[in-house]
Amino acid sequence: MTAFEINNVNLFYSDFQALHDVNLKVNKHEITAFIGPSGCGKSTLLRALNRMNDLIDGCRVEGEVLLNGVDIYKEMDVNVLRKRVGMVFQKPNPFPMSVYDNIAYGPRVHGIKSKPQLNEIVERCLRDAAIWDEVKDRLKKSALSLSGGQQQRLCIARSLAVQPDVLLMDEPTSALDPISTAKIEELVIQLKKQYTVVIVTHNMQQATRISDNTGFFLMGEMIEYGKTSDIFSVPSDKRTEDYITGRFG
Amino acid sequence: MDSAIQQKTSRRVRAIEVTTKILFLVCSLVAALTLLLIIFFIFSNGIPAIMEVGAINFLTGRTWTPTHSTNPQFGMLPMLYATFISTIIAFILGSKIGKWGAIYLMFFCPKKIYRPIKTMVELLGGIPSVLYGFFGVAVILPFIRNNFGGTGNSLLAAIIILTMMILPTIINLGEAAIRAVPNHFYEGALSLGASKTESIFKVVVPAAKGGINGAYILGIGRAVGETMAVIMVAGNVSRMPGTLGDFFQTSTLLAPVRTLTSGIAMEMSYASGLHRDTLFGIGVVLFIIIISLNLTLAILNRNQTNYAKES
Repeated sequence: MTAFEINNVNLFYSDFQALHDVNLKVNKHEITAFIGPSGCGKSTLLRALNRMNDLIDGCRVEGEVLLNGVDIYKEMDVNVLRKRVGMVFQKPNPFPMSVYDNIAYGPRVHGIKSKPQLNEIVERCLRDAAIWDEVKDRLKKSALSLSGGQQQRLCIARSLAVQPDVLLMDEPTSALDPISTAKIEELVIQLKKQYTVVIVTHNMQQATRISDNTGFFLMGEMIEYGKTSDIFSVPSDKRTEDYITGRFG
Repeated sequence: MDSAIQQKTSRRVRAIEVTTKILFLVCSLVAALTLLLIIFFIFSNGIPAIMEVGAINFLTGRTWTPTHSTNPQFGMLPMLYATFISTIIAFILGSKIGKWGAIYLMFFCPKKIYRPIKTMVELLGGIPSVLYGFFGVAVILPFIRNNFGGTGNSLLAAIIILTMMILPTIINLGEAAIRAVPNHFYEGALSLGASKTESIFKVVVPAAKGGINGAYILGIGRAVGETMAVIMVAGNVSRMPGTLGDFFQTSTLLAPVRTLTSGIAMEMSYASGLHRDTLFGIGVVLFIIIISLNLTLAILNRNQTNYAKES
């Protein structure tokens, strides 16, 4: 079962080509990791999957990105796409409002007004993001008063509140301490039962710990894509081997 | 020999350090002292005059005939009222236009026209107020005269000119406040499937509230303090433009008014004795209004993060 099918994608920032002929399939209910050195295009590809790159002037995408067989650039409203494909950012970005309002923001935008229903969503999402016990007594407090790790789990909960199919994560633990990182990793593994996860990471151990599939990127090209166990034990490309053994990057 | 040179140099370095520190201290004190001196002279002249007239009489009296030979009256209520009404209405209009203008510039304005618009708004904020007055005399007054009758010199003219004058303050500072909100709030809202408008009005603008409040207060401060342009269009009659009850009649808006600042500016050149001191008394009231506005801002922004100030 395929969630995303990426066919011959070339992406340009004005004159600069950031992605060259990328082809890959993201399987449902699996965790797919993108790895590679800085500037290799992995985050760019991730942000192409929910059209966050639309915000950048001069960004142009060629080829097709299909979500459940539908071209997200030609056949889908961008707001519908982003509701179905949630995103968690590198830096935790809770809105400057209460914990409760952060989670309720998405559902409210999509038309849910009833208080009991919102209460139910807020509790369920905070539980799913493994942060309910820590914040249940301060739902009305500002989300900015939480620790970095809690903020990031809150952001994950916020994404879950609009019931996406896919969750994109852009280096979600790079700003966190090891304990918070471990909690998020555990959470991500839990989430794949219900969601499809695509994660960009700088941390190769993280990719081996949590992902089912890994894509290795270098200078805008996807060098190799396959089962994580294969990529890290028997890479077929010399450059992948060099990277994962720490010879560069 | 070497150590002598070292000693000499280090003494010289220290002397320079101390001198610079004192010099900079004096520079910063110039501003602070100016404020203290202004407060001192306004209050030391104004308070005795207010006492002599009687604070209640001064604030609520409706007759201002300071040069009457036998029975001069010092009631400033009409001026207070004119300042209050013109500022409030100009603020209600200007704050909305200004905020939405700022949002347009930040989020919707095509790159090609951003620079021209922004430059013009900045220029509008920099032109001397007497030039606004010219515009009022040449355009607003005839417009009112031809459409509503009267001379045109009126409360309405003052409101229009003040609305225009506070726009650049609110647009420029408002835009800076919105621009200072970290982009990741906007991206976060979009990533939940919120539309551009929903993201802007429910996440970004609320996050900029602290800075926008600051823009509002400065705008109000400008409206309260504006003197020259108002003198040129308001008619300058110290009389109530209508009672509170019948405010919404056009006759009220078309009545000539005199504000606090224009009252001071017009009479200071020939006033003497108690008359002169009561003008300082008006200054005291003006000063208290401005201080109250700033305190209000501080209270409003107690719990607001001002991203414009943080970065």
